[in-house]
Amino acid sequence: MAKMTGAKMVVEALKREGVDVVFGFPGGAIIDVYDALDREPSIRHVLVRHEQGATHAADGYARASGKTGVCLVTSGPGATNTVTGIATAYMDSVPMVVLSGQVPTKLIGNDAFQEVDIVGITRPCTKHNYLVKSVEELPRILKEAFYIAASGRPGPVLVDLPKDVQNAKAEFDYPDTPKLRSYNPVVEPHNRQIERAYRMIEKAKRPIIYVGGGVVIANAHEELRELAEGIHAPVTMTLMGLGAFPGTHELSLGMLGMHGTYCANMAMANSDLIVAVGARFDDRVTGKVDAFAPLAKIIHIDIDPTSIQKNVKVDVPIVGDCRRALQKLVGVMKKAGRPVEAWKDQHAAWWEQIRAWEKRHPLTYKEEPGVIKPQFVIEKLYEMTRGRAIITTEVGQNQMWTAQFYKFDRPRSLLSSGGLGTMGYGLPAAIGAQMAFPDRLVVDVAGDGSIQMNIQELATAMEQRLPVKVVILNNQHLGMVRQWQELFYDRRYAATVFGVTPDFVKVAEAYGAVGLRATKPEEVEGVLKQGLETDNLVIMEFMIAKEEGVFPMVPAGKATTEMLLV
Amino acid sequence: MKHTLSVLVENRPGALSRITGLFSGRGFNIESLAVAATLDPTLSHLTLVTTGDDFIIEQIIKQLNRLVDVYKVVDVSEGEYVSREMALVKVRAEDETRAEVLRMCDIFRCKVVDVSPKTYTVEVTGPQSKIQAVIELLKPLGIKEIARTGTIAMVREKKTV
Repeated sequence: MAKMTGAKMVVEALKREGVDVVFGFPGGAIIDVYDALDREPSIRHVLVRHEQGATHAADGYARASGKTGVCLVTSGPGATNTVTGIATAYMDSVPMVVLSGQVPTKLIGNDAFQEVDIVGITRPCTKHNYLVKSVEELPRILKEAFYIAASGRPGPVLVDLPKDVQNAKAEFDYPDTPKLRSYNPVVEPHNRQIERAYRMIEKAKRPIIYVGGGVVIANAHEELRELAEGIHAPVTMTLMGLGAFPGTHELSLGMLGMHGTYCANMAMANSDLIVAVGARFDDRVTGKVDAFAPLAKIIHIDIDPTSIQKNVKVDVPIVGDCRRALQKLVGVMKKAGRPVEAWKDQHAAWWEQIRAWEKRHPLTYKEEPGVIKPQFVIEKLYEMTRGRAIITTEVGQNQMWTAQFYKFDRPRSLLSSGGLGTMGYGLPAAIGAQMAFPDRLVVDVAGDGSIQMNIQELATAMEQRLPVKVVILNNQHLGMVRQWQELFYDRRYAATVFGVTPDFVKVAEAYGAVGLRATKPEEVEGVLKQGLETDNLVIMEFMIAKEEGVFPMVPAGKATTEMLLV
Repeated sequence: MKHTLSVLVENRPGALSRITGLFSGRGFNIESLAVAATLDPTLSHLTLVTTGDDFIIEQIIKQLNRLVDVYKVVDVSEGEYVSREMALVKVRAEDETRAEVLRMCDIFRCKVVDVSPKTYTVEVTGPQSKIQAVIELLKPLGIKEIARTGTIAMVREKKTV
């Protein structure tokens, strides 16, 4: 076997793993990999303007496509700039491989120029990470990195590549399957637990299916639908679970939690059985844990055993892949052969109660003459895209209005930083999604605060000719924090009012994109229409009601039934 | 409640730091930690003592198992087990107390491993309680320095007839 350099090995491994796009930013310590990559026509490289952008773009690519996202950065500041993106991917279980350059092995630990212990820094926010000490171990490590990133509960893996390892030569012996004796995620759920779960479902009078991002990751949406329709049970979703079950389905109660629907939160609180699938009972969902669903028994399906029994007591834990578990559960359900009418009868009183809650406080907002309401913009966006767009969001009010008013019917159509709540996520994630799906409509819904956190990536989108649409809901505030200050801090708006906000239309034009603005409600549709029809990067700025809030809202630390309504 | 965990982990750089990082990152406390390679040099055996209710211990074990480098975790304190700790105690031993130190060593089956004109260095092994007892008794004689290992532990073999 001919010998090759470590840098070439990296490119070979990317090819074998089916990687077609890499997001990155070069530097001295990674220049050799860049040189090798430049000579490989099958892999596209997207040059970002900041390494955080590279990680979010790889993340958006991964969430939209289901494939592993890859970024390539240099040592020191290049590597530290990826930390926020890595933590974002870690919290939301996104498969990602980050390749970082490192100073030569003999300089490691000497405070060399652009040296940083990135393996140490990222240890708590990666699924696993490696410092490659010799070129001989590089093929094995690369194989393991891709395998660990995408298997079990997915997550980011960092591989730190010292410059001399990139230059050294060895045989490229790339394993077909990694040998990892200490890493064996349980994929196959236990049959007896599935049987127990079904028996519990059979007895429940007020069941609810609670769905998280795990269902999206496992591509288990069809099985989920089969189960829900089969037993005629209501379904509620976390932010990460939106799209796993059609938002327009008659069994859907929409999102639950801090900004969930009144109906979903009341149904969770009053249920006698929660079937949790790929969701982790995050504090934004449970509110005050002691008061959470006091009468409910809990079945919890999750591939990660640490998620089970972490926040709430579980009656039937099922460790395994969500798709396999739901397939088995549906199998048991079909074998039992109970007609759907029987389930409908059993849950009739429950549904009656649910419909009453739905009617009492539906998702809504007050219209004001002459003022653009952000919810109205999202509703129109939904109508005009017929729910078909891939939507990314930034973080804050823009994110919650999108989650509430855009009815996600398909999985992988909402890309949003759920766990970490990363402002600046949406634009680079949209770039990643558009790279994965050049022919689909990709829209980033942003706030005027969030968009400024990675606004430099407009240049990346322009350079790649990506017709991403950016909808900015501009209230000239950091809206979500301002909302908390309004409700809990006597309207003392400490540091949430922007003294200077750029003219976003001019910003768009400065990058060679198209900028549009609506200041009155009657302009909203026209701007959206023009923006969505323009085959270019477009910023659509909507000057929205300054003090609009996101409601319902469960104040932090309160029970989910203690909602503040519109 | 105190729990003693026995952890088999890949003998690789960063593995130990992942484990200790897991504890500090989640606000769990490590009371004692002892690590060394096993007969298989690619694996290390780690004994870790921590406290927590059942809920916390379950989380700790699951979180440890989740680490890619961790091969096996056993809560040895769930059943019968033996545990040992070792301490080196450098104790003042001048004319009037030299005999007294030796007498103590004899009672507790400690070993004198170093002698100087003014000190004895004593090796003591046993369960944590014994080590504590020896230290308490030597204190009045004047302890100059102590070095203690963490606890190491092993599940007892089931007795067969």
